Amino acid sequence: MIEIQDVSKSYRTRRGPRFVLNRVNLRVARGQHLGVVGRNGAGKSTLVRLISGAEQPTSGRVVRRGSVSWPLAFGGAFHRHLTGLDNLRFICRIYGVSYANALAFVEDFTELGSYLREPVMHYSSGMSARLAFALSMAIEFDCFLIDEIVAVGDSRFHEKCRIELFEKRKDRTLILVSHDPNVIKSHCDSAVVLEEGRVIPFDSVDDAYAHYLVQA
Amino acid sequence: MQGEPSFPDSLRVQLRVLGALSMREIVTRFGRDQIGFWWLFVEPMILTVGVTVLWSVFHGRTPVPIAAFAVSGYSMVLLWRSTVNSCIWAVASNTALLHHRNVKVLDLFISRILVEVAGSTISFFLLSVVYVFLGLMAPPVDLMNILVGWLALAWFTAGWALCWGAASTYGELVRIAWIPLGYFFFPICGAAFMVDWLPSKLQALALWIPTVHGVEMMRAGIWGSGVRAHYDIWFLLASCVIVTLLGLVLARGAAYRVDSL
Repeated sequence: MIEIQDVSKSYRTRRGPRFVLNRVNLRVARGQHLGVVGRNGAGKSTLVRLISGAEQPTSGRVVRRGSVSWPLAFGGAFHRHLTGLDNLRFICRIYGVSYANALAFVEDFTELGSYLREPVMHYSSGMSARLAFALSMAIEFDCFLIDEIVAVGDSRFHEKCRIELFEKRKDRTLILVSHDPNVIKSHCDSAVVLEEGRVIPFDSVDDAYAHYLVQA
Repeated sequence: MQGEPSFPDSLRVQLRVLGALSMREIVTRFGRDQIGFWWLFVEPMILTVGVTVLWSVFHGRTPVPIAAFAVSGYSMVLLWRSTVNSCIWAVASNTALLHHRNVKVLDLFISRILVEVAGSTISFFLLSVVYVFLGLMAPPVDLMNILVGWLALAWFTAGWALCWGAASTYGELVRIAWIPLGYFFFPICGAAFMVDWLPSKLQALALWIPTVHGVEMMRAGIWGSGVRAHYDIWFLLASCVIVTLLGLVLARGAAYRVDSL
């Protein structure tokens, strides 16, 4: 369960503080698949960073029960000069997970073969995406954070990702943030709209969808 | 995870995270090719040997044997310089890692401090042993003095680097300011003189600089009664406590400022 209580976030700008989120309240129950839809600049990524804990709220509280993932397939979390395996080793150490088990999964899922022993900076974007997704799946979380589903790689890879995340882990909590309401409609059981730093709750995904289309 | 984790659990996670971050730092800095992580202390050793040679050539006659003077002084310079240099980039180059719930801003600093202090320490002690074996340096008179002096300097460095690292999240200016300040600190940090050589007015001033006490103590350990060392270990330890507390306060604030980078 994740609870966002009265959270505000402001950033310093040259014209003084600018509020990106304004007293936001949100409750995500265990197993819920929540979609957060909003236009560019609505504060979606800020919300993700606050939930993951990468940033602290200016005021208010983020309460987490259970483990929360880093943003799914977030490439920024690996180091370009390290090999794929070194990046995996680092993640395993941070989360206290068996490297041998994770390695078997990552080798199988990414099909990168000997490239896993090369620095990540030599990877193509498709290879990076495969590694990033595999690293995210190598650690089990109670709640997965997704900041936009990135469409990289071929359709076979997309299908593998879909099975890993939306089928094998469908019992987990999911927070999917996107500017694309269609993505949210196909993967979420509830949705909120993020608009001008505020969260607008809706009873159904369709209602949120309708509202979003009107304002967009 | 239900409820508050117990202290031993937290400690285990803390050590695991610091280990992972330190390993990552070493591998990314030095790579896996060639001699890899050995660079951690081979690099400061090469620099110190270079300075030993330069000082031997250009200093002419000094009141003390130059090799021991250089290895004690310059190792200390590398200690604080590399640690501060590393810490002022600790957050800026690692913000992405903060997405991992177990990684805190303070961990980024501590892991870099551990790596740098370890490198400088291995370099200093290894090189001293080599110098003694080569006959460039007499065996030290009092090992304990050297050890305590070095450890106190390492502690001071840790606190000081933490201050600079955390402060660098408050504004780009801090990082810019460190470059000239680091330069100016080199001649006054105690590496290149002994307090006893200074005119008495300057002596009083020099003794306000914490690092001076540490090097003087180490040199008292190296030469014993052969030199007149001026130091007060309690002054240095008090400075350690002050910079550490200040660093921790700044680092606490830094956690709320990562967004500004």
